[in-house]
Amino acid sequence: MENLAALVAASINSGTPLLIAALGLLINERAGVLNLGAEGMMLVAAIAGFAVGYQTHSPLLGFAAGAVAGMLMSSLFAWLALVLATNQVATGLALSIFGAGLSAFIGQSFVGMSLTIKPTPIPYLSELPFVGVALFSHHWIVYFSLFLCAAIIWFLYRTRAGLVLRSIGESPESAHALGYPVRSIRFAALLFGGACCGVAGAYLSLVYTPMWVEGLVAGRGWIALALTTFATWRPARVLLGALLFGSVTILQFHFQAIGIAIPSQILSMLPYVATIVVLVLISRNPDWIRLNMPASLGKPFRPG
Amino acid sequence: MRKLPHVALPFRLELRAVPSRNMAYFSPVLALALTLFFGALLFLALGKNPLTGLQVFLLEPIRSWAAISELLLKTTPLVLCALGLSICYRANVWNIGAEGQLIAGGIAAGSVILMFDNGSPVLPGGMVLVLASLAGVLGGALWAGITALLRDRFNANEILVSLMLTYIAQLLLMYMVNGPLKDPHGMNFPQSRVFSPEFLLPPLFAGSRLHIGFAVMLIASAVMTVFVYRSFAGYRLTVGGLAPLAARYAGFSSRRALWTSLLISGGFAGIAGAFEVTGPIGQVLPSISPGYGFAAIIVAFVGRLNPIGTIFGGLILSLFYLGGEMAQSRLGLPSAITGLFQGMLLFLLLACDTLINYRLRWTSPAHAQS
Repeated sequence: MENLAALVAASINSGTPLLIAALGLLINERAGVLNLGAEGMMLVAAIAGFAVGYQTHSPLLGFAAGAVAGMLMSSLFAWLALVLATNQVATGLALSIFGAGLSAFIGQSFVGMSLTIKPTPIPYLSELPFVGVALFSHHWIVYFSLFLCAAIIWFLYRTRAGLVLRSIGESPESAHALGYPVRSIRFAALLFGGACCGVAGAYLSLVYTPMWVEGLVAGRGWIALALTTFATWRPARVLLGALLFGSVTILQFHFQAIGIAIPSQILSMLPYVATIVVLVLISRNPDWIRLNMPASLGKPFRPG
Repeated sequence: MRKLPHVALPFRLELRAVPSRNMAYFSPVLALALTLFFGALLFLALGKNPLTGLQVFLLEPIRSWAAISELLLKTTPLVLCALGLSICYRANVWNIGAEGQLIAGGIAAGSVILMFDNGSPVLPGGMVLVLASLAGVLGGALWAGITALLRDRFNANEILVSLMLTYIAQLLLMYMVNGPLKDPHGMNFPQSRVFSPEFLLPPLFAGSRLHIGFAVMLIASAVMTVFVYRSFAGYRLTVGGLAPLAARYAGFSSRRALWTSLLISGGFAGIAGAFEVTGPIGQVLPSISPGYGFAAIIVAFVGRLNPIGTIFGGLILSLFYLGGEMAQSRLGLPSAITGLFQGMLLFLLLACDTLINYRLRWTSPAHAQS
């Protein structure tokens, strides 16, 4: 029973960065922008968060630095994709390649250093049997991510601004004709996405594996991108998907711990294989995807 | 939301009636010049003399014949991968997993060599090398074929699938050097036996590491030029990428384009991996590529998706790799500076490419207000 509680806790822990990043990307994509630079933004934010957290001993400042780094990276993307109307796929790739290079460059002097950041258990609740360990003994960012998910659901479906954002993802021409500043709103959406990816990246280097190694993010940015498709662009399903992927990641360690005779390298493939399997399952019906995907996703829009 | 300001810019982009051909060729030059400019600023920010920095980064690696042969050595895998990627991008198939396909080819080729290189050779070294190269092509094509299959049968996004397969290939390589391909007398290091000299690619010139794979790469570029510009299959691919509806009307199968481009691309990346393993590396190591497959994406774009152009692109990116090593040994900067230059080049190239379709018009502030 105690083992199971620890397993649930670990799954939530590893699902949290995926959730935060995927929620940010969801907002991007709902506004019609496909930013494939998630991996790069998370990498740069991870090292920025780690560097600041390491110097100041303040995880909060670390998270703030991560968010700012993510926003700076996404504004680079925004300038190219929105102002110069470049191909979004190529620009996102460029952001990922640039981010990998930049993070390795900054991080070279931090390689091998580590941090100790304590979780923030919720008083009283964390003393409950089972659920105390499984649900209520996490770092506060975990609870923040749940709040973020709820806030985004409320924003997208219950506010006028959310309606405008979704309409821009469906038909930027119509929104433009109604007088909405399509480019500015998309810019804002990208900044939000960058901040989310930044917090997610900082979570990885501050809480999840509190140290820095090159390529620390290990494809989680891409998995978060896959999650938005998996969730058919709905925030509640992003939460579900993140937990699912979190448990797949933890399952490999669990298999190793109970001594199943599969080489560790093969087990480490699990999250990536799971991503492919999930993509295959969700995409096999093209109509289902077409029905749910923001109609203008990835298409550049130039006013006037 | 209405209150968010419209972005007011000091310039306007005016759609050209016809895309500028000149700009298409000038854009990479401009992007490279801008990259060097920003690179100089970077050196300055790091407290180095920018001119010394650029000199070390760009000129040191090509000062001697030995250095140039190293440049050409690194150009080989970059161009081979980029040749295939160019075909994919022409067909609008976003294969970004060349790195994984390269690794798959390397594993396949390395396995073949290790099978025959056992002290009692049954085949001459040259034959085994040909076999290993073919195994590399097959390995890479198989790896890319998974992406094609999942896209074709299940509509799965090829960008994400090919990238996930890259992570899987890296882990597979780790498994192979820790398991089946591990050197039993290697003091438990995760690596294979060192191949015997007769199972290594012969050098093009005595005393140089530049191997026969470079010549294969040049021939491949020529062949691909004919394929792209002179063959019907190449024409079908290009039309399918530029105008999918026109291609469908003409009866060109988009499924065929998907399979052709991915298999060609995987094959090229695979042989690049085979050449790395049987060339400069000479054994199977846990890491057989410093990101050649990703850098090749930039090579393909810099080379304008043109097989001859990729050679120029390959030379530039290869220079960046060597420049990074030089910056580390001479200036004490992290060699990861290579990645920064790579990213900057691609960003600036994409920005400059805007000028192919648009004309830049400066607008007065008064005009921008209205």
